[in-house]
Amino acid sequence: MDALTILFNGISLSSILLLAALGLAITFGLMGIINMAHGEFIMVGAYTTYVVQKALGSVLGDAYFFVSIVLAFLVAALFGVALEVLVIRRLYGRATDSLLATWGVSLILQQLARSIFGAPNVNVVAPAFLGGSLELLGVTMSYKRLFILLLVGAALALVLAILYKTEFGRRMRACIQNREMAACLGIRTKRIDCMTFALGSGLAGVAGCALTLLGSIGPTLGTSYIVDTFMVVVLGGVGKLIGTIAGAVLIGVAGTVLEWVATASIAKAAVLFLVVLFLQKKPQGLFALRTRALD
Amino acid sequence: MKRFAKGLLTASVLAFGLMTAGCGGDSALGGGGNAVSGDTVKVGLLHSLSGTMAISETSVRDAEKLAIDEINASGGVLGKKIEIVEEDGASDPQIFAEKAKKLFQRDRVATVFGCWTSASRKAVKPVVESANGLLWYPVQYEGMEASKNIMYMGAAPNQQIVPAIDFLLKAGKKKMFLVGSDYVFPQTANRIVKAQLAASGGECVGEEYTPMGHTDYATIISKIRAAKPDVIVNTLNGDSNVAFFKQLKDAGISADTISVMSFSIAEEEVKGIGAQNIVGDLVSWNYYETTATPANEKFVAAYKKVYGEDRVTDDPIEAAYDAVYLWKAAVEKAGSFDVEAVRKAAADIAFDAPEGDVKIDGENQHLYKRVRIGKVNANGLIDEVSVTEPIKPDPFLATYEWAKGLASE
Repeated sequence: MDALTILFNGISLSSILLLAALGLAITFGLMGIINMAHGEFIMVGAYTTYVVQKALGSVLGDAYFFVSIVLAFLVAALFGVALEVLVIRRLYGRATDSLLATWGVSLILQQLARSIFGAPNVNVVAPAFLGGSLELLGVTMSYKRLFILLLVGAALALVLAILYKTEFGRRMRACIQNREMAACLGIRTKRIDCMTFALGSGLAGVAGCALTLLGSIGPTLGTSYIVDTFMVVVLGGVGKLIGTIAGAVLIGVAGTVLEWVATASIAKAAVLFLVVLFLQKKPQGLFALRTRALD
Repeated sequence: MKRFAKGLLTASVLAFGLMTAGCGGDSALGGGGNAVSGDTVKVGLLHSLSGTMAISETSVRDAEKLAIDEINASGGVLGKKIEIVEEDGASDPQIFAEKAKKLFQRDRVATVFGCWTSASRKAVKPVVESANGLLWYPVQYEGMEASKNIMYMGAAPNQQIVPAIDFLLKAGKKKMFLVGSDYVFPQTANRIVKAQLAASGGECVGEEYTPMGHTDYATIISKIRAAKPDVIVNTLNGDSNVAFFKQLKDAGISADTISVMSFSIAEEEVKGIGAQNIVGDLVSWNYYETTATPANEKFVAAYKKVYGEDRVTDDPIEAAYDAVYLWKAAVEKAGSFDVEAVRKAAADIAFDAPEGDVKIDGENQHLYKRVRIGKVNANGLIDEVSVTEPIKPDPFLATYEWAKGLASE
């Protein structure tokens, strides 16, 4: 059909991928922690939205959704702090161990959700003002997808502002670039690590909240996103936020175009194949990070 | 390390010995050898209690437990109380096969109630056949199978898919768009649908499959808009349905523009999708929670009393419940727990099920069932739109001229 529809669908898919991967771009991309439980933090955000709706939906009406964005961030960030303090802190520099440990945590969190909320999916009623879609130039753009685009933009702006405009961001970058030097200069690196990880986890929570608009809310919600999010970050180039954006756009648009000309299954396989091929040629990803710290 | 290796060796020799002993015992005793001890009889429950399929299979397990508890409360089977041996298939066909082996060979259960996906059934099939055991399978499926070691409690294709397409064609909906998950049930089901459409003047205007767990349907919905079908025939399975219906609704497609006929969505799934996203759409099953029979009133009340008022019953849940009672009836008719005797006795056994009376077909071990087309209402329950008389199961569609060649493909 028209290129415009494909373009919008592609950008929309990219924005969803980016939202899910943004937290990972911080915890994996910047901090270098392989956190397999990232998907479960997305799930935590989604269930938080469900709980907020159950508890406050009747009082606040549709405004519950904005409350749940904030709460999803806070709850997922709390989970992040707990994971960092209890598991990850003890495994810095041991990538395989932290991979296995966090994978275990992800299974525990899934079963926890199943025990608390039951195995069947739960349902979040999206705010009424996000129902329906906008017809523009023959393209059907659902308000939910437009909202997610906006949300990604806002989250991205927030992350960039924190990184480059705040005291905390400066310390964070210092820790990432040269931990020993930063410690010498009096930065409490452990605390900064913990807060950085909390920020990344919180963003996963926000993604979970937004994903309730489009998909299912169940214990295995996170597993559908974990591969895609890692792929986005790796393709973009570990350590670069701009790379994550580019990675998401590339995978989203390519996936949509391939799905349009072929089928969804083939598109999924083809995208994976292309990413592998690309990384063979360019292991650093789209944007290589030039730093002494990472050698 | 050496000691560890030695231990491992001893363990594997032991395990091998046990396994071969188990096999020998099975052939000598006809399967049910050690199932009965004292005043209990062991049966296995094998469903996914973890992983993606736990969403559906946990409720089915609950229904089987309910039936077993009811039977135990009223004296058991042949005077023996039923003892449950439960295993978790973990949504993985390989694990299903391993656990089935364990149930038949180590626990020596009299029978197993289990599985959901066709993949898990196909994985368990060789195990149950070589152990000469009996598996009661509770879910509608794509047909083209009749193992003498499996009792099929769900609908065969001629008891779900074929009548549903007939219903659509009669309602004047001739242009159909097929959407399904990329695995054996949707692919086979759609092959049947396409053969039926070609034979009866319908038209397939599109066919799309998505990987399990797919969450973005924007492109497929654009393709549907472009193809302008009268109806969407949906064989998506699991979580994808939630994404599909939510995104369909936002794209402005609902029951009053293009309605959807689904084969894998029952009351349990409607809850997760949200009734507001699927209201008015069609489904095809043999049983709904609203089915008006005295047996169903009792069943629904008992299920909700044990598992909570907010729980719903649906077709596979009901079929799983029937399975336990049908097994009991067959055992009592045979006067023994021996698999061979039970299978022989099972032919033509009838049960006054919540869906109405059902009867085991002695030839293919499927059930005679009524087919009900239903419409999802605003409360998330399903109202019956039309119902047939009990239909003889025909898993290979042998009685349909247009289906020639489908079975062998």
